[in-house]
Amino acid sequence: MKYLNEFRDGETAQKLFREIARVTTKPWALMEVCGGQTHSIIRNGIDQLLPAGIELIHGPGCPVCVTPLEMIDKALAIASKPGVIFSSFGDMLRVPGSEKDLFRIKGEGADVRIVYSPLDALKIARENAGRQVVFFGIGFETTAPANAMAVSLAAKERLDNFSVLISHVLVPPAMEAIMTSPINRVQAFLAAGHVCSVMGYWQYPLLAERHGVPVVITGFEPLDVLDGIRRAVIQLEAGTHEVENAYGRVVSFEGNKPAQEMLARVFEVTDRVWRGIGMIPKSGWRLSREYRDYDAEYRFEVSGLVTKESPLCRSGEVLQGAIKPTECPAFGTVCTPRSPLGATMVSSEGACAAYYNYGRFVNIVDMAIA
Amino acid sequence: MCLAVPGQVKDIFEAGGTRMGRVNFGGITKEVCLAYLPDIRVGDYTIVHVGFAISKIDEESAEKTLQMFHDLGLLEEELGGVT
Amino acid sequence: MSWMCPLPLRDYPNIVIGHGGGGTLSAELVANLFLPAFRNAAIESLGDSAVLRVPAGRLAFSTDSYVVRPLFFPGGSIGDLAINGTVNDLAMSGAKPLYLSAGFIIEEGLPMSTLGGIVEAMRVAAEKAGVQIVTGDTKVVEKGHGDGCYINTAGIGVIPEGREVGPGRAKPGDAIIVSGTIGDHGMAVMSVREGLEFDTVIESDSGALNGLVEAIFGASDEIHVLRDPTRGGLASSLNEIASQSKVGMALSEEKLPVKPDVQAACELLGMDPIYVANEGKLVAIVSAGAAGSVLKAMRSHPMGGDAEIIGTVVTERPGMVTAKTKIGGTRVIPMQIGEQLPRIC
Repeated sequence: MKYLNEFRDGETAQKLFREIARVTTKPWALMEVCGGQTHSIIRNGIDQLLPAGIELIHGPGCPVCVTPLEMIDKALAIASKPGVIFSSFGDMLRVPGSEKDLFRIKGEGADVRIVYSPLDALKIARENAGRQVVFFGIGFETTAPANAMAVSLAAKERLDNFSVLISHVLVPPAMEAIMTSPINRVQAFLAAGHVCSVMGYWQYPLLAERHGVPVVITGFEPLDVLDGIRRAVIQLEAGTHEVENAYGRVVSFEGNKPAQEMLARVFEVTDRVWRGIGMIPKSGWRLSREYRDYDAEYRFEVSGLVTKESPLCRSGEVLQGAIKPTECPAFGTVCTPRSPLGATMVSSEGACAAYYNYGRFVNIVDMAIA
Repeated sequence: MCLAVPGQVKDIFEAGGTRMGRVNFGGITKEVCLAYLPDIRVGDYTIVHVGFAISKIDEESAEKTLQMFHDLGLLEEELGGVT
Repeated sequence: MSWMCPLPLRDYPNIVIGHGGGGTLSAELVANLFLPAFRNAAIESLGDSAVLRVPAGRLAFSTDSYVVRPLFFPGGSIGDLAINGTVNDLAMSGAKPLYLSAGFIIEEGLPMSTLGGIVEAMRVAAEKAGVQIVTGDTKVVEKGHGDGCYINTAGIGVIPEGREVGPGRAKPGDAIIVSGTIGDHGMAVMSVREGLEFDTVIESDSGALNGLVEAIFGASDEIHVLRDPTRGGLASSLNEIASQSKVGMALSEEKLPVKPDVQAACELLGMDPIYVANEGKLVAIVSAGAAGSVLKAMRSHPMGGDAEIIGTVVTERPGMVTAKTKIGGTRVIPMQIGEQLPRIC
């Protein structure tokens, strides 16, 4: 695949590893914001081959992981209502709610359907005029334009059997929260490349300046991640704190204007609770007043839910980079992908799941093929 | 988050007032919404997330990045630092 | 689906409850649909059991039920899977597959032409594999049950003396060979699955592997394990074998053969080909010394043209499968938890 395979080349990766080693003279702690970047790092073994002093702190950029528990419970409540067709991205199916998850209630008879795109959910609504179709609109700024379009089209077509359960989270407030946390150790950010392809990166110079941190807009393929790390380390060694775009083939300073216009119309900023972390002010989007008719939270009666998080789960600390998954006593023992206590062990890009699935609890670096 | 995959726009059409296209991802084709890239043309490359094209790929920039990676090696040799 | 509806069945464009009732309608269905397709002496005697002469030796006996949706997908149908799946299970024990049974559970209302197409696919697959369908059963369930059509096939075959293969027989030092590209079947089915459709030339790789197995034994008798990685993909099969043989496995990601289209489809849906189902591939674990000749024999066979040695059996970390990544790191390939779901993150 063009513009994909080239950025996975093994030999070039080795070159980048050597280059990073060459420019590193001191230990540094970098945070990769996006769960997709964490996944790429752990899956490909990038963390295993970086010089010993470079630490990668895994950020909270996993929308599946941070969707508030209450929102999951609301989703389960709505999906359990008779006649409702509940559509969702595959990622959300196994995220544990207080009691169950979408996969389990699907097994119990709820009509839960996996879709690739919110437009597929719209299609389901058009084809099932007599039934309520609800779409679970989670995600960061990258996914928001797609969800916004679905709502906008539903309104245009006056599809009265379609609604969305929106739980969007925003990256810059999260980065700000991380930098102002008393336990923060992050010295540089690898910013989320695809979020920036939508939003641009005009929000970051202020953050970089205020906290004295280099911010490198980074992609997801192994070479992109390595290049992001390389540039961040060079800045750290030089003592600079600029915003740098290492994902220029996809990201521009202004971002995608038509998408931003749609977002401004369909959504409004709100305070949002991040699962495991707590409330971050003005860190989420909900449907704007103009589109309230399509808001599943208003359409369905889902009040009075009592959330119950596992007391053993330390997802929040993992998501803030305070601990590594392996430092959680439940990791690999009571908490596994098969029986997850929290969302970070469920999502394919949650740090706990990545560590477990790709084997960070065994010392496997010495296993080379002859 | 944000699994976005690069593909090439094969054709563009209107469906119910929305700009759509067929994008080729390494051999497989899927219908994609192009509403957020009003200037994109057939033959251009784009990255697609959940069925929406969110950014046109700047091919020149991509080539420059790959060239930079290539040149890293040359610099290495010059410095005699190849392990 | 080139199947012409025979005259007596044309009165019934769809399957009705009576077709499973044991009366005239059932008999007509057997006589006009199943018998002409499965033509052989045993089935035509129409006894309650098929009576067969079986060569002396160890009998291999396998059964599987097929519930795939949709019934027809690029490159195949439930009919192909029903024959090839059981033929392959027998072949993985080193057996020469001989006879199959076929039990149908059909949903009332299924178009006769659909059933005809499925049976025709079974006829063709059985002929290619060199097996006979000697006995069967048909039941019809009420509309709303049965998903169109479910099929169970059971099969018997005979294992020639000297062949000792089994999942517990892998030894450290053995070579791990896969017969061709992985993930074709699963992605072919995914491409027509509602909500995820995409246009592609990916076709299911459904096919009988008994010929390839014979070619493998022809090359060497140091064959330790044979397995066809269906549900759960290559990863699941290798994990199971590693566990039962109490050995580790070290693979090389670069060596895994994957068709570019399958890779692209997996990228799009966020899936890993190593966990995607195959229906015409096998993994062979053979002694290191035999690897070269086995690989050569596989590559010379139509079902093994893209065979690759993908790794080695090791003593370290028994039960665990690991792989060297393309960029030089090492990753574990764990057992899959449940079905792999498409993802956006």
